[in-house]
Amino acid sequence: MKKVFSRTKALKPVPFHYCPGCGHSILHRLVAEVIEEMDLIDRAIGVPPAGCAVLAYNYFDVDMGEAPHGRGAAVATGIKRVLPDRLVFTYQGDGDIAAIGTAETIHAANRGEKITAIFVNNAVYGMTGGQMAPTSILGQVTTTTPRGRDSSREGFPINFTEVLARIKGTAYAARTSLHDPAHVLKTKRILRKAFEAQMGGLGFSVVEVLSPCPTNWKMSPPRAFEWVKEEMVKHYPLGVFKEIEGGSLAD
Amino acid sequence: MAGKIVINEGLCKGCILCVEFCPRGLIKPTKELNAKGYYVVVFESDDGECTACTLCAVICPEVAIEVYRE
Ligand SMILES: Cc1ncc(C[n+]2csc(CCOP(=O)(O)OP(=O)(O)O)c2C)c(N)n1
Ligand code: SF4
Repeated sequence: MKKVFSRTKALKPVPFHYCPGCGHSILHRLVAEVIEEMDLIDRAIGVPPAGCAVLAYNYFDVDMGEAPHGRGAAVATGIKRVLPDRLVFTYQGDGDIAAIGTAETIHAANRGEKITAIFVNNAVYGMTGGQMAPTSILGQVTTTTPRGRDSSREGFPINFTEVLARIKGTAYAARTSLHDPAHVLKTKRILRKAFEAQMGGLGFSVVEVLSPCPTNWKMSPPRAFEWVKEEMVKHYPLGVFKEIEGGSLAD
Repeated sequence: MAGKIVINEGLCKGCILCVEFCPRGLIKPTKELNAKGYYVVVFESDDGECTACTLCAVICPEVAIEVYRE
């Protein structure tokens, strides 16, 4: 029999530390598969965050350089400017990119840095125990919003990718989800588009990925996947918000 | 087009997403524990039932499933 699905070479043969049913694990595999399929294993450099994905360098079999919390875009800018022929991507949670890292992310996009931000939106601060994130949805119960997020007290869920899409230096901005196999496969296609925008020198690219956190949502994995589909997608519409074709933003 | 899957039990964390998403219901939860203490799943297919669609492997967070096709 012919093997039609096996572990990509861009992932080390190491078990993930993530919780059962965590979207981070699926997304790691997708990113690694795209790197292998684009033949970039020797030319990819990843920038992991503070967050549950802090140990991502244990899994990707490519060069990785850790960033302090929120500073992925700044670290990636430095790497890409010194090594412009590499594929440079950040891997960041919603707390990382859309709270503490807001400033460096927006300005990296505005400078049109040729990097890709992979933005994992799980609607909480996962690693630190499930506190509210800027992306937590209205009514969502977290350890810091025990009665549910209330916009009059805690503000609104932030649609950060739509904000980044409006910035001139952004070449590609899209939101996808991991809630079923069809969307997992779609996410992979979108990641490839973002990497192609970067390697084509078109500008900044970002892919936001709606991702289940069964542990902090206190749900079984199947229920958490349903919650992404039923609740998160309402606040975070899926789609490609910006796609610059050919040429560079400076043309 | 017959297929089969091979589950790496040591990597399985019992999330049962493959059980949920196998369109033919060929993967079942068990009460067997692996070395890490997770309940593993089992693949049960009569010849030809599995089409090697790969959807279980696509959703498996642990990259614990390999898929083969005739
Ligand atoms: C400068 C700084 N402030 C705070 C922290 C504590 N901290 C670690 S991870 C984290 C948030 C993680 O949430 P998110 O970015 O959404 O990623 P997730 O863990 O959900 O994947 C925080 C606040 C830190 N490591 N560094
Ligand atoms: S706490 Fe949530 S985001 Fe972190 S590893 Fe567990 S399921 Fe994944």
